[in-house]
This record gives sequence, structure tokens and C-alpha cells, in this order.
Amino acid sequence: MNENSKVLETYEQAVLERFPDWVQADEREGYQGLLVDPANLLSLMEALRDDLGYDLLSSVTGVDYLPDEKMEVVYHLFKSTGGPILEIKVQTPRSKTVVPSLVGLYPGAAFQEREAWDLLGIKFENHPNLKRILMWEGFEGHPLRKDWEEVYYGDEKKPYEDRWPEGRAKKIEQDLPYKENIAYPESFNPETWIPEPSELLFKGSTPLEQDKQIDTEKLVVNLGPQHPSTHGVFRMVASLEGETVVDLEPVMGYLHRNHEKIGEKNTFAMNMPYTDRLDYFCSMSNNFGYALAVEKLLGERYQPPERAQYIRVIMAELTRVLNHFMAIGFFLNDLGAYFTPALYTIKERELILDIFEAVAGSRMMCNYFRFGGVVRDLPEGMEGHIREMVYDRLPRQIDELDRYLVENEIVVGRSQGVGVLTPEQAIGLSAAGPVLRASGVPYDIRRADPYSIYDRFDFEVAVRYHGDVYDRFLIRYDEIRQSIRILQQAIDSIPQGEILANKPAYKYRMPKGEAYGRVEGPKGELGYYVVSDGTDNPWRYHVRAPSFINLTGLREMCLGEKVADLVAILGSIDIVLGEVDR
Amino acid sequence: MPDELNKPEYKVPPELEGTVAITTLDRIYNWGRRYSVWPMFFGLACCAIEMIATAGARFDLARFGMEIMRPSPRQCDLMIVSGTVTKKMVPQVVRLYNQMPEPKYVLSMGACASGGGPFKRGYNVISGVDKYIPVDVYVPGCPPTPQALLYGLIKIQEKIDKESIKEVGWYQKEEDPGVPVPILGPDLIDLRDFPELMERLANKEDQA
Repeated sequence: MNENSKVLETYEQAVLERFPDWVQADEREGYQGLLVDPANLLSLMEALRDDLGYDLLSSVTGVDYLPDEKMEVVYHLFKSTGGPILEIKVQTPRSKTVVPSLVGLYPGAAFQEREAWDLLGIKFENHPNLKRILMWEGFEGHPLRKDWEEVYYGDEKKPYEDRWPEGRAKKIEQDLPYKENIAYPESFNPETWIPEPSELLFKGSTPLEQDKQIDTEKLVVNLGPQHPSTHGVFRMVASLEGETVVDLEPVMGYLHRNHEKIGEKNTFAMNMPYTDRLDYFCSMSNNFGYALAVEKLLGERYQPPERAQYIRVIMAELTRVLNHFMAIGFFLNDLGAYFTPALYTIKERELILDIFEAVAGSRMMCNYFRFGGVVRDLPEGMEGHIREMVYDRLPRQIDELDRYLVENEIVVGRSQGVGVLTPEQAIGLSAAGPVLRASGVPYDIRRADPYSIYDRFDFEVAVRYHGDVYDRFLIRYDEIRQSIRILQQAIDSIPQGEILANKPAYKYRMPKGEAYGRVEGPKGELGYYVVSDGTDNPWRYHVRAPSFINLTGLREMCLGEKVADLVAILGSIDIVLGEVDR
Repeated sequence: MPDELNKPEYKVPPELEGTVAITTLDRIYNWGRRYSVWPMFFGLACCAIEMIATAGARFDLARFGMEIMRPSPRQCDLMIVSGTVTKKMVPQVVRLYNQMPEPKYVLSMGACASGGGPFKRGYNVISGVDKYIPVDVYVPGCPPTPQALLYGLIKIQEKIDKESIKEVGWYQKEEDPGVPVPILGPDLIDLRDFPELMERLANKEDQA
């Protein structure tokens, strides 16, 4: 931990010394990173990317500092060769929040800037397509602004008065005109109101030019939100020429459940079960990232004890195995092997869920991690059970899947050379996790910026070099095998002892400041950006969702491919809508 | 048909005894329907994963004649609303419901679909799908375990058993107009709250 922060300091120092006129250190209490003026942002970022090697812009988000009348945009970027994350911040007045868009330099910022516009109302100048992404066009207001109140607004923070027990409850919806979660602006008059046509449904995102030579029909195909292959409620609007995809626009937000707004009203501890519901396959690693972020805020005293560290790693790696098994199963579904391979992988998932149920009490929504450790120790006999799984069962099963699927002619034919993402594209588009590594960039946070106790284990960073659908499929096998290696080492060396550094608590004394905690989730870099103003509730709680940002590259992967391959390409990214839309 | 055939006390002629069994039309009809419920392959959120697990080998939905999940609403009898229904998604959910042929049933799976669940206070979340479409069975849980979902599905079967074609709405002469599909404006607009707006939009569609 200390070593990392020292490295980070030297990194920040290097930037400060090099660009003394543009940047200054953020000297607010508990804050780190560098402040830059909006006018110098573009030139600074270009220099950082081209001269200093910060080629991967990991996350873009905003914070509304209402008392200071300021809106802040926060960028996290790192070098794809490894090392800690650098934080750059831009402040603008709240009344006129305009920041230059970074899409020209880092195309991966496209969706995240749209999200910041949607939820916080930050305008990004020269963004090619700045419209709402999670809510719909025409929605009133920017929900994450601190002065925006939702319909069910009860109180600044939980627990709400109107849900207080002892028979004093008065439900907020009893006073609402529509009795439901709906409110209209005063200017809304249903008798004169004209609905906006949803153009996207009927028209491609760019006008289609007719080809003079071959007489093919151009048409727009809408896949989703109810489509068996979109892994949930995701929508793709594809413009086709014959069978070839000439343009593609992902549409999302159908499962936008307002994690971040709800998270700001919760206490820090209350957010833990909400993180389970982000990527609902991988609740354990979601917990992990959030716990790391808050532990950074809380400081050294909350470093988990040894045994808890091992339990955390074991659970996170089991989650990765589970997720990749399911990813392989669903990917085969998408290729047309309808549900037979998936049934095999669901079988393994059930066995891992049995472990989760035994340790946490719930199959899917584990809510197992706490700040400074985990909530419960492993039950009796569990270590032996896990040992049997990781030494005997899982290696055998992954070999079985390998034997049946990897050289299957149809799998190879459908996926080799399809949906290629070059390493340069992958880095530019801020891809993470298996998508990035299948494109030949061996970036794994467990190695590049180690957290918890990952520096003690012997494993290899899985990497493949073609960047096509087939490699994204294969890399999941590699990662399962590496995870099993880590699991074997962890279960062999797990010590006895405490599992929580402090007493279990409902509220924590939170110092002022900010923290960004990230883990290598099964789908990529899962980061939590938490800002505390010293009260019980986070001032800002942002999730850097790997599935969401990996989708930025979907269009690049699909252009020029056949429409039948769209489904395979989407399946190879492995998205979960709970995390895409949050 | 002689009238006494419709009476339950009708005596089977001696030469047919042992080869025919007598039951009511409702019973034989419902017996057929209860073992061929086709759920829609329609996942919304976390609960959908448990729904898929229920279809998997360990819990095996096929034991109840429900293993055929169809992605198209036109071929389905049962909509399992498996997850949080958001304002952006509810028009599609209602449209899918309208597209299902009768007889149709709705099972609301989990806390979110039944009442908003942990996300109830969210600005984009519907406080229960039953505000828009009629729900037959609610299954609590976050997410419900596959066992709980199976229990809910058995409840649907019991409900089917109790129905009689004399009374059910979908066997009557009048056609069900369906639920008006909500639209997205400055906030979600439920057209049933605004009859004038509904009329105006209908007229506009007629002209176009």
C-alpha cells in the first residue's frame, strides 16, 4: 500500500514538474490528484498521452460541489504498461459547466461523457454525439445534481422519517398527485403536449447513402431490448447494407436503477448490498472493489487481517471462475448451441453458489465483505470443500469444456477473425479486462497495480493476440486456469485468525476526502470513486463499470461484419446489464 | 347432443365401462393447459439469472412442463417479470404483455417487480409492475431462490385448475382492448391518467 502511494507521488511530481503552468496539486483535505484549468485540459491530456505514456483513460465522471458552486470533472488515467492511476480534475462554475470533450484524444470517453451530461448536466464541447444515454431524450432535469430531487424525495439521507417504524409511518406516495413515482414539470400540459418521435427506432444513426453499383436494400434492424441474445435489456440499432453492418448504435438505460443517486443517500455501509446488484453474477468482486475504496478513505486502521485477505481473494477468484464459466455458456448460446453448453456451465455455477450460500447466506447477493474484513468466517469443513473443488472438480470441468468446445468446427468458423479489435483501438476505447487482454495488451490490475495480497501469488496474466471473438472466448479459459492456480495457492496457505479489523459497525467515522478503489473484476477494471464530506453518507459514489465502458468499442468491432455476427461479438464482450446501466 | 350428456350423473353404458372415463370439459381443458405453460424468455435483471438457474439441471423446470421458453411473446402463456422495471422499460413490458395471446398469466418475480424493492426510491424505477399490467402471482425474494420461483409456478398451475371457460374473460365475446402503452415524456406518462391525450394520440395515428 505504502509503496504504491510513493510511486504515485513520484508520478504526480513528474507531471507537476513538467507542466508547472498548467497543473497544480489538489490540496483540499483528503484529496489527491492534479487540478487543471479547462482551457489547458486538451493540451495537457495530449502531452500526457503522447509524451508520458498515459494512454488509457480509464474513467470520466463528475462531482457536484453544490456548496462551493462548482462542478468538477474527474479523469482517471493510467499507463497500459502498468503502475498506479493518475487523477486529473477540472473545475467549472456550476452555472455554466462546459468542459472540452476528450473524445478526439481518447475515443473511450464517448459514453462516459454522455453519462456525465445525462446525469450531471456537464456539457462537453465538441463531443460528436452528446445526448442522453441512460435516461431518455426529453427527460426533465439532471438527476445527480445535488439540487435535483426525485419524486419519492423523503429526506437528505437514510433512514427516512416516513419509513420510521413504530406505527408512525406515513408513506410519501400518499401525498403525491399520481400516487406513483412520477412528477411532471409545471410547463407540462397533456392537452397540448406533443410526443417526440423516437427517431432512433426508425432511422440509422447516420443517413444511409445509396450504393450506385450494386442494388442492395439498406435497412435498419433493431435488436432488443427484448431479444434473446442481448443478455438482458440492451438494444442495438444496426444499419445494414445487404447483410453487412455499416453503422451501429448501442442504446442502453433500460435497467438504469439509479445506483449512484440511491448510493448518495445511503450510509457507507448500506451501499455494500447495493454493489451486489451491479454485476449480479459477481457480487463478491463488486463487494471487493467497494470495500477497497472505502478502506482507502478510512485509513490504515481498517486494513483487513491476514485471514480476511485470503478469504477475500478466494471468494473473488471463485467469482471469476463462475463468471467465465457462465460467459462461455452464454457465448455458445449466442453462437446457436442453444442451452446445451450453458446447462453444463450452470451446473458448475451451482456448485460455486453452494460455497457462497454456505459462507454468506445467499446464493447470488452475498453482501459478504465489510470495511476491514469479511462478515463471517468460513463455516466448518468449508476449507476442505473448497480444496476439493479447486484441486479436483474445477480443473476437470474446464478441461472437459475445452475438449468439447475449443476446437469445435462451428465455433472456430463462426468466431475466428470476427469482430477484431486491435491493441491500439482497445487502448483508445478504454477497454478493460478480457477484452483488452484478448487484443494483446497484458494489462491486469492484479499485476499492474497490485491490491490486497495478489502480489504473493504465482500466476500469469492471460493474454491473446488476435483480438477477435475467438480469442476473447479462449482467454476466458486461460483466466479460469490462472484463477484456479491462485485458488490452490490461497487455500493451501490460508492462516487462522481474525476476520475483521474492527468491531462490526453500522456507521463509520468517515474522514473527509476522496478515494478511488479498483479491482480486476471478471469483466474488467471495476472502480469505485467515493467522495466523503465527513458525514455518514458519501457525497458522491460513482461506479466505473467495465461492461458499460467495454461497450464503447462495440461499434468498432461490428463495422463491416455480417449481421449474424453481431450477436457473437456482443456475447464475446460479456456484458451484464445491471452494471451497464447501473 | 342429448341434454343428459352434460350432467355429471350420466351413467356410462355397460358396454363402454372400463374403456371411457368421464370428466368435465373444464377439467380436461385445464389439465392440458397446466402442463404446457410456456414462459417467455424475458429477462430484466438479477432475477433473470435465477430464472435461468431454475431452467438448469438442478431445479429442472421441465418437470412441470414449462421447459420451453420462447423469446417471442406471440408464443407464450406466461410472462415472468424477472427484475426491476424501469420507466424506460415499462412501455416495452406493456407492449409485450399486449402481444401475448390469451390465456396469459403474469408472475412478478422478486421484490423489484412486485413493489420496487431496494430501488423503489429511484427516479427511474416503477413501484411494482402491477401498476401497469395485472399480476397473477407474486414471488418475494431478492432474488427469489429457484425453489421459490418453482413454488410460484405451481401456484400458477393451481390458478389454472380453478378456472372455468364459462367465466374467464378471454373466452367471452368482447375483445380485450389491452393496456394502453405508456409513453416517455418529461416523465413517464400513463395514458390512462390522461384520457384526452390518449384520444388525441389515437386520432393522430388514425390520420397517419
